[in-house]
Amino acid sequence: METLFSTIDAAYMSKLLVILLQGVLTSLRIFAITLVIAVPLGFLVSFAKKSKYKIISVPINIYILIMRGTPLLLQILIVYFGPYYVFNLSYNRFAAIIIAFVLNYAAYFAEIFRGGIESMPVGQYEAAGALGFTKAQTFFRIILPQVVKRILPASANEVITLVKDTALAQTIGVAELFALSSKQASFKTSVIPLFVAGIFYFVLNWAVTAAFAYFEKKLDYYK
Amino acid sequence: MAVLSVSNIKKAFGSNVVLTDISFDVEEGEVVAIIGPSGSGKSTILRCINQLETIDGGQITLLDDNMIAGTSPDGKPIYSSPQVLRKMRLNIGLVFQNFNLFPHFSVMRNVTEAPIHVLKMPKEQAVEEAKDLLAKMGLSDKHDAYPYQLSGGQQQRVSIARALALHPEVLFFDEPTSALDPELTGEILKVIRGLAREKHTMVIVTHEMAFARDVADRVIFMDQGVIVEQGDPRQVINHPREERTKLFLKRYSEDSQD
Repeated sequence: METLFSTIDAAYMSKLLVILLQGVLTSLRIFAITLVIAVPLGFLVSFAKKSKYKIISVPINIYILIMRGTPLLLQILIVYFGPYYVFNLSYNRFAAIIIAFVLNYAAYFAEIFRGGIESMPVGQYEAAGALGFTKAQTFFRIILPQVVKRILPASANEVITLVKDTALAQTIGVAELFALSSKQASFKTSVIPLFVAGIFYFVLNWAVTAAFAYFEKKLDYYK
Repeated sequence: MAVLSVSNIKKAFGSNVVLTDISFDVEEGEVVAIIGPSGSGKSTILRCINQLETIDGGQITLLDDNMIAGTSPDGKPIYSSPQVLRKMRLNIGLVFQNFNLFPHFSVMRNVTEAPIHVLKMPKEQAVEEAKDLLAKMGLSDKHDAYPYQLSGGQQQRVSIARALALHPEVLFFDEPTSALDPELTGEILKVIRGLAREKHTMVIVTHEMAFARDVADRVIFMDQGVIVEQGDPRQVINHPREERTKLFLKRYSEDSQD
């Protein structure tokens, strides 16, 4: 143990924190951009999956199967290196990460939304219809608010996983938290940078958990 | 004058024929009770009139509006324009067996949401009217409660207020007491009796024979998708003419005595 800690002093520690905070910012950017695009996209995908037109529902089903059936790591590599091998085209690594994450997470969110929508009792639609609400009013006023409450716990799981999955961006060389900390770990031959990174991930997910707990409590006024 | 006229309704779910050839009229201010065994099609007829199910043939007329505009070459009915169908729907209030209140809305909002967003009624007016309706239902102290905080009987009274808030021409009740404990049934029947005294036009599908006899102007007995017998409540329930009606009422009174 002594050798692992011997090269770490207070001056290095503050330098490390500055470096890792850069990584945290990159990780948070991946996290936030993915979430902002994947949630609405997942919403659309969940509707497309239920489309009565096979030309829409079949490709969507295949897409969801592939996204959920293969490792995200592999998807990242294909999104980034695929265009290079096929068209000899290389492009921005960060963009590639966003594309891969959005495609993957939209599939998962779509299935969460679908489950939430399908769990709604048919009586809610019938009551709304009998009262003369249009289809759009029924969905946005009656169904969606209740679906949000129902899918919060499952969504929390997904969002927590997303925080940790941002570490996969290192595979194509994006300098996020995990990439920077493992670089420091080998540079200093110490586990301390990795341990600090772990604390950062933990704190981020603590915040995510607290945010979801807050929303669940806000929606706790009815059953 | 008939407010509602149902003629020659046919309805099947796949090969299972639920309504064979149903015709009846409902006059203004009349209370019609539909009785019959489970699976006789009595709820389905209400659902067809309220467009929760489509019909395979026949015509439904509410005031001056026809639900069916014509017949396609293959014999299927062609429904009228969405505007006509919507108008017809708004003229019918429906009270469900399972209440189907909106759980995320307060009692007040359950009652005002449709007047405000469907009829485009000013909010103040909708709230005033809802207060009156809820007072009539004995729920003046429950404006801010949520459905889960209410008993089944209270929930059903909210759903009656919700249906009345749109000022429908006809009010439908689909087994309004079937999901309630016996001691809560009475409070709903009392509310419906009050509405009958106010000359609301109502069609009530029910298993409460004594109630049907007391409150209805006319009773329709259905079995296996046809109207077997209809007429004066005391005649149909106390002195049925048809064998099937006798059999049903006999079995029913035996079951009730258990």
